[in-house]
Amino acid sequence: MQLKSLKKRENELANAKRQLEILSNGIFQNEELPTFRTKLAAQNQFPLKPKTLEILQINVGYMCNQVCAHCHVDAGPDRKEIMTRETMQQCLDVIKETGAHTLDLTGGAPEMNPDFRWFVEEATKVGVKDVIVRSNLTIITANKKYNDLPEFFKKHKVHVISSMPHWTEGKTDQQRGDGVFNASIKALRMLNAVGYGMPGSELKLDLVYNPSGAFLPGDQAALEVDFKKALSSNFEIQFHKLFSITNLPISRFLDYLIASENYEEYMYNLVEAFNPAAVDNVMCTNTLSVSWDGWLYDCDFNQMLGLKVDSSVEHIRDFNKEILSKRTICISQHCYGCTAGAGSSCQGTVA
Amino acid sequence: MSNTYYEPSDLRKFGNITEWNEELGKKFFDYYGSVFEEGALTAREKSLIALAVSHVVKCPYCIDAYTQDGLKRGITKEEMMEAVHAGAAIESGATLVHSVQMMNKYKKLSM
Repeated sequence: MQLKSLKKRENELANAKRQLEILSNGIFQNEELPTFRTKLAAQNQFPLKPKTLEILQINVGYMCNQVCAHCHVDAGPDRKEIMTRETMQQCLDVIKETGAHTLDLTGGAPEMNPDFRWFVEEATKVGVKDVIVRSNLTIITANKKYNDLPEFFKKHKVHVISSMPHWTEGKTDQQRGDGVFNASIKALRMLNAVGYGMPGSELKLDLVYNPSGAFLPGDQAALEVDFKKALSSNFEIQFHKLFSITNLPISRFLDYLIASENYEEYMYNLVEAFNPAAVDNVMCTNTLSVSWDGWLYDCDFNQMLGLKVDSSVEHIRDFNKEILSKRTICISQHCYGCTAGAGSSCQGTVA
Repeated sequence: MSNTYYEPSDLRKFGNITEWNEELGKKFFDYYGSVFEEGALTAREKSLIALAVSHVVKCPYCIDAYTQDGLKRGITKEEMMEAVHAGAAIESGATLVHSVQMMNKYKKLSM
């Protein structure tokens, strides 16, 4: 496993434009496969327009203690991009104005942002119903200063969503790095100990499953049953829901697909699994993504591809609900990842 | 036309067999779909049986398809390999049980 980001390695895929070129060339350029736009148009689903804004997903920085092989953010310890308190304040102002009920904090490891705790405290004050933190779990055990995170989450009733690609050590570490499985188990036990994930508990602990390889996720409900059975009988660990998320062909996962000669087959699988019903509920229709430096995107994936919202309002400081609601959502071939099979979003399947 | 007997991308064209006989092709795919639905056996168990049979009938398309299907379902490589051994054991058993016939014939023909 590579311990450095694509950016640090100066890999050509660290360049968003290069990724977009790859996604438009080859099998899509020669029309072997239809572009996402053509596919939507054939179903009378083009252009894709936003509905009511419900979720503000904020990327508070690309710094992370892990370097996962599939990471679409290209996050890692060598990434220094980090959101300032000033930008966080602008996000809070927007939440007050829009009434979005969910604040979804992601990264990197969001907990590594020095103003993370301040941000969570302020968000609960302005009345956000659901404050989500996408925690990689290992951060909780990575350093003494993070050991009290379960208590902090509990105090503010933060909704914890964590990644867990498999219930076995081998498959988890293969994707997320050596030792990640055992550290995650330890962190899950710490969360369970304060009440997270326990049956009937209001302290929500959900897990995210994404495949550790060039294949699509299976049935979310069936996987949830298998995860619950294995984690409970092997480790006495409890959690609430399992969200199954498809890996999108961008950044490090795209690099892996190309290097392992799986890219074309994977794109075929995504296109063949296209589900028009999933298009109706893709997350870009009710979510706005904010980058560490305050720019607005239709989703976290578009953020990584440098595809800012197609609107005269492009930055959180200029936020205008009315103007943004009229925009058209930016798409490319990576979008097939969210419309395959039962669909995929940061909240799991959508169809 | 490819100059090899097996072309991995041909698996994607499997559905095209209905073009030359729609009625039978459709019946086959309907049957196939029903077989792999959740029933007295789980879809997961059927996936492992399909993987074992794929090896016994030595179908490279089926091996590709059911290895991928198993990965999607979270089936581990240990489970997959055990399933293949179950198939292989029956296949070698089927060869070896015929040696009883050989032994019978040998004895009959020998003084």
